[in-house]
Amino acid sequence: MDKRYEVARKRQDMLGKVIVFSSAVLLIVLVISLFYFVASKGLSTFIVNKIPLKEFLFSAEWRPDREVPQVGALPFIVGSVLVSIFAILISAPLGVSSAIFMVEISKKMGQKILQPAIEIFVGIPSVVYGWLGLSVLVPFISKHFGGLGFSLLAGILVLAIMTLPTITSVSADTIRSLPVEIREASYALGATRWQTIRHVLIPAAKPGILTAIILGLARAFGEALAVQMVIGNRPVIPKSFLEPMSTITSIITMEMGNTVMGTAWNNALWSLALLLLIISFFFIILIRLVGRRGMYR
Amino acid sequence: MKKIEVRDLDLFYGEVQALKKINLDVEPNSVLALIGPSGCGKSTFIRTLNRMNDLIEGVKISGTVLLDGKDIYKEVDVIELRKKVGMVFQKPNPFPMTVYDNVAYGPRIHGIRDKRTLNEIVEKSLKAAALWDEVKDRLHHSALSLSGGQQQRLCIARTLAVEPEVILMDEPTSALDPISTMKIEELIEELKKKYTIIIVTHNMQQAGRVSDYTAFFLNGELVEWGPTDQVFYNPKDKRTEDYITGRFG
Repeated sequence: MDKRYEVARKRQDMLGKVIVFSSAVLLIVLVISLFYFVASKGLSTFIVNKIPLKEFLFSAEWRPDREVPQVGALPFIVGSVLVSIFAILISAPLGVSSAIFMVEISKKMGQKILQPAIEIFVGIPSVVYGWLGLSVLVPFISKHFGGLGFSLLAGILVLAIMTLPTITSVSADTIRSLPVEIREASYALGATRWQTIRHVLIPAAKPGILTAIILGLARAFGEALAVQMVIGNRPVIPKSFLEPMSTITSIITMEMGNTVMGTAWNNALWSLALLLLIISFFFIILIRLVGRRGMYR
Repeated sequence: MKKIEVRDLDLFYGEVQALKKINLDVEPNSVLALIGPSGCGKSTFIRTLNRMNDLIEGVKISGTVLLDGKDIYKEVDVIELRKKVGMVFQKPNPFPMTVYDNVAYGPRIHGIRDKRTLNEIVEKSLKAAALWDEVKDRLHHSALSLSGGQQQRLCIARTLAVEPEVILMDEPTSALDPISTMKIEELIEELKKKYTIIIVTHNMQQAGRVSDYTAFFLNGELVEWGPTDQVFYNPKDKRTEDYITGRFG
């Protein structure tokens, strides 16, 4: 009886180990093969089609359908950077402020209204954001600022709204996790609530807040659909906020259906995908570095 | 004149009465120890003296607390009150900043900007907290790198930096080793020359060692208070005697 139990237990133990271990191996194999596939496709622009890396990164001429294809990705790189940075410049201050509001100023309202609202925000599919942008924002911009409405500005605003919940919820979690003792210490010295927030809580939560901002930035950089629906998709570097433009993600979704596997055009899109992958790795490393530094224990 | 006079102080957490009709005087430049078993209301009481209970929702207070004859709940601004009545907590709670910035925090939020003045305050406060020699070469290192005992003395220095008149200490040595505890007790002896000190302690020997007056709390009531020698060796109330002789608590 005891012996049988012992054997069954060992078998279960073994089974558990096998399942967990093989899942982990599968995951690692998947990541590596994904990276390998994107890299092999993306690098063939430079190896097979002999297009210099310099042209890809620094030329603004995107004519991949020509006899001698020109695949300068600069407009998309600049476009992605502009649209993401400006979106974050709007959503970071708003997000951090709302996080402070819901954690420190009005806990009741934060828990009852803001928190659920943010969860709903996160759950809305990006196509809905895009469609809203397309039917509300684009005509609004066109009417009040001129132009077509399809513009860098529209992209910035849509992304600002989309990254807001990420930044708010991660910042709020960080501020909430700060020990109550340091708040009390500050109040006991005669500090006001605002002084406590500004001089104790925000500095103490800085690594977490930075992580939140980088996460938002990564989301903005990687977002394709909603952006593509409102920015007009012209492969040029925009000269003003009101001009149409393209991003790395939007050009991939726009053109991938039009290309034939193995052509220079198709390969150039894969190169853009590889670039995105590298940038997202970079964001991950950045988050790790920031998160490790000076976390409050 | 008494430094603090407490008259008929009641405190409720929602429906629960945590303090019942407390009446107590505190002499200037003395050390008052608050003793009693856990949950007897001594920490709650000490927090009424700098209005830290204001931060907790559902707390209702009636009665009066006079500081230098002024009602701290009616006549004194809470910021001014907390400048005058500093507090050291149970667990060392330095801010996650440098040693220097921790001590300079109070003066800075009260408007002192001048670098030289700040330097003087920091040095003076750290010296008064008997920490200067240990940290003078590490002023710009993180306060979190100090040992527990050093962190607690840093918290005392931080409190001294705003030049309070009264210092409340809520079991300041309960998280510390015996040597750090001894240093803090010596410090209390020194500080009482300039400040009025009220200390909550679990440790009877500590109360006996450091205090001039002792108040014994039980179930939210102030059972007895008076000069420490009297409370310890000649208690009037049977419950005080039982607690002090170790029959419960």
